[in-house]
Amino acid sequence: MTEPRPVETVPDEAPTAPPPLTKKERMGIDRTAMPEQDATERATNFREVNLGLTEQLAILEAQRCLECPKPYCVDGCPVAVNIPRFIRLLRDGDLHAAAESLMDDNALPCVTGRVCPQESQCEGVCLRAKTGKSVAIGSLERYVADWAQAHLDELPVAHPTPNGKRVAIVGSGPAGLTAAGELVKKGYDVTIFEAFHAPGGVLIYGIPEFRLPKDIVQAEVDRLVEQGVKIEANAIIGKTYTLPELRERFDAMFIAVGAGLPVFMNVPGENFKGVYSANEYLTRVNLMGAWNADSDTPVLHGQRVVVVGGGNVAMDAVRTSKRLGAAEATIVYRRSHDELPARAEEVHHAEQEGIRFEFLAAPLEVIGDDERWVTGIRVQRMELGEPDASGRRKPVPIPGSEFEIQADMVVVAIGTRSNPLLTATAPELEINPWGYIVTDAYGMTSMPGVFAGGDIVRGAATVILAMGDGKRSAASIDAWLQGDWPPTPPEAPAPPERKHAQVATPA
Amino acid sequence: MHPILRNERLSPNVTRLVLEAPRIAQIRQPGQFVIVHLGRGAERIPLTIADGDAEAGTISLVIQAIGKSTTDLVELQPGDAIADVAGPLGRPTDLPDHGHAVCVGGGVGTAVILPIAQELHRRGVEVTSIVGGRSREWVIMETELGACGTVIPCTDDGSYGRPGFVTQALADVLAAGGVDEVFAVGPVPMMRAVAEMTRPLGVKTTVSLNPVMVDGTGMCGGCRVTVHGETRYACVDGPEFDGHEVDFRELSDRLTTYRPFEQAAMERRACEIGLRTKPKPGAADAAADEPAHGVPA
Repeated sequence: MTEPRPVETVPDEAPTAPPPLTKKERMGIDRTAMPEQDATERATNFREVNLGLTEQLAILEAQRCLECPKPYCVDGCPVAVNIPRFIRLLRDGDLHAAAESLMDDNALPCVTGRVCPQESQCEGVCLRAKTGKSVAIGSLERYVADWAQAHLDELPVAHPTPNGKRVAIVGSGPAGLTAAGELVKKGYDVTIFEAFHAPGGVLIYGIPEFRLPKDIVQAEVDRLVEQGVKIEANAIIGKTYTLPELRERFDAMFIAVGAGLPVFMNVPGENFKGVYSANEYLTRVNLMGAWNADSDTPVLHGQRVVVVGGGNVAMDAVRTSKRLGAAEATIVYRRSHDELPARAEEVHHAEQEGIRFEFLAAPLEVIGDDERWVTGIRVQRMELGEPDASGRRKPVPIPGSEFEIQADMVVVAIGTRSNPLLTATAPELEINPWGYIVTDAYGMTSMPGVFAGGDIVRGAATVILAMGDGKRSAASIDAWLQGDWPPTPPEAPAPPERKHAQVATPA
Repeated sequence: MHPILRNERLSPNVTRLVLEAPRIAQIRQPGQFVIVHLGRGAERIPLTIADGDAEAGTISLVIQAIGKSTTDLVELQPGDAIADVAGPLGRPTDLPDHGHAVCVGGGVGTAVILPIAQELHRRGVEVTSIVGGRSREWVIMETELGACGTVIPCTDDGSYGRPGFVTQALADVLAAGGVDEVFAVGPVPMMRAVAEMTRPLGVKTTVSLNPVMVDGTGMCGGCRVTVHGETRYACVDGPEFDGHEVDFRELSDRLTTYRPFEQAAMERRACEIGLRTKPKPGAADAAADEPAHGVPA
């Protein structure tokens, strides 16, 4: 099914630790660039774009860490990875210890090392960023995590004594998997319910192979299963089981179903053939494997593709269409380059791959032919006005500036909203006017013992924020089930930043 | 895994599979569907639950082989299994509990009508079923529907029952008066014709749609249909809608999205089957039989 991805070669013998460097020497090392597949070549294949650091580069980069007494990077990490510790262990050549340290903090390090927006988190607050370039924390995390995955048999698998309590997790995306990993470590009997036939949530159906290879996600899931997590696929909570039914069977629950419904533009012509939601397009290509000729699931191979939106999902969709043969693949975004919500790296990669950007353009209508196949999109030129509630400058239409962009395929990637499937079967579960689940400071919903996190609480956000919710909710569930309630000291999740009905950036 | 217990050919291109799905058998209601996924590399296919036995833990799926994936399904035999069956999905049929209902089934749509007719009958509603097929061997489920009330079989070629389309029989039943509600499931042109016939009479008409679908939970939006001028998702808002409000033209159009892919997939499949069966005598015959599983319309 999957094309082989480049495998890093790791020498068998333990590397020798380099002599300690002075601070000045450390400051003198330039930030290591992540080796990448050539842009022209990769725009025609689904192999991973970033190739990963070599051992030599990783250790060199690790030496750049100044080991701050008060590491801001840890505060900048939604799952509070002890970054200086694993970097120090890596620098000292003790990869076993580095891997154990990292995996103890982070249930999905191979994932976060690839898809986290480090520039606005750990790397953004790195002391070295103030005077130059931050330590490449993401690249180092990925290096250690990939090493761990290749050496799992050498790493201890904890099999804690079962504590006899059962926890149900609804949804196997980043929040659900993280919570499962945390809870199973503490001896809970954990069952994840997944609506699709394969676990992983957005990591499997949403993020493309070239950014997050599916065998890596599968390996992370396999590791959880090996630790004792049970996964029931094809179980749609709200249909196959109701929430109250499940609540009766388990001592506690964690709901992490994501924000499942696509938002459309609500313009004429949107139901023409050739118009996809990003959810549908990416699910066909990623989960159903339509990028591969062996798959029975069809997907359109547009020649002139327009993707509407400026988030990570939009970048994923447009870069996917390029790889499926689009001669021209264009992002249409109503603000400008500076406001793009996508990670800087994704935008940069898209530009390198020849993606066109049509900024300050808002769709008015999808145009079709007699057979109702899409032939283009009519847009209006915008200019930036005053900042809106999100702090970004609001796009304002320029009268009489309408123009058309030809397209034989249009992908709408302007966000997602909450799916009422689950909440409809539990009237006692409090939801807000947008349908998102309301939680208290500990992540508990209005149903005692039922916790929630990730996009179904926050609105569309990122993988790492969902993982942070999973980690904190697992701590809350532990406290609740152990009778330590309210938890002391409080493991309170940060109040969710609600970002409803805006561009989704699930990565 | 969901083992297949029975495979029964109902008409030249319609097959009934009985398979194990205990949870779904226990809670399914008329009008609901499942998504089946044969295994790695296979498509996810929405199929209405035609029948179920809660005690035996089985459900019946009635499948028309129209493409590669449905052809793979109808060839499953006892001993085979389906990897994934998700459901029950969709909203259950909104059923009356008195009066006279007419259930119109065209081709494989008859299988969707059956659980509706059965439940109507159980509730004490008078049921008249009209079922159509190209010719005698294409008329299915007449006996089962007969247990719920009167059945009017129709054939296009007049080889059995009433000659002509189901809509002609429906016109007569409507003309006789006293019809409170119509349920129609079949090819899109048939459902549209039924809706156009009942519209001037103001008879409530429910149709069951099966647009292109991936997840079945509202996530992809591929199944969007325009109803009453608004976009609705067949998987979570349907699959049944008020037939007088459905934009059938758009539905027909959207259903053709993957036609070239379907043809290519069938050709690829025929080719693979040819390769698989080559060493066996009579392989050429088997390959020649292949197109017969497809549906000409």
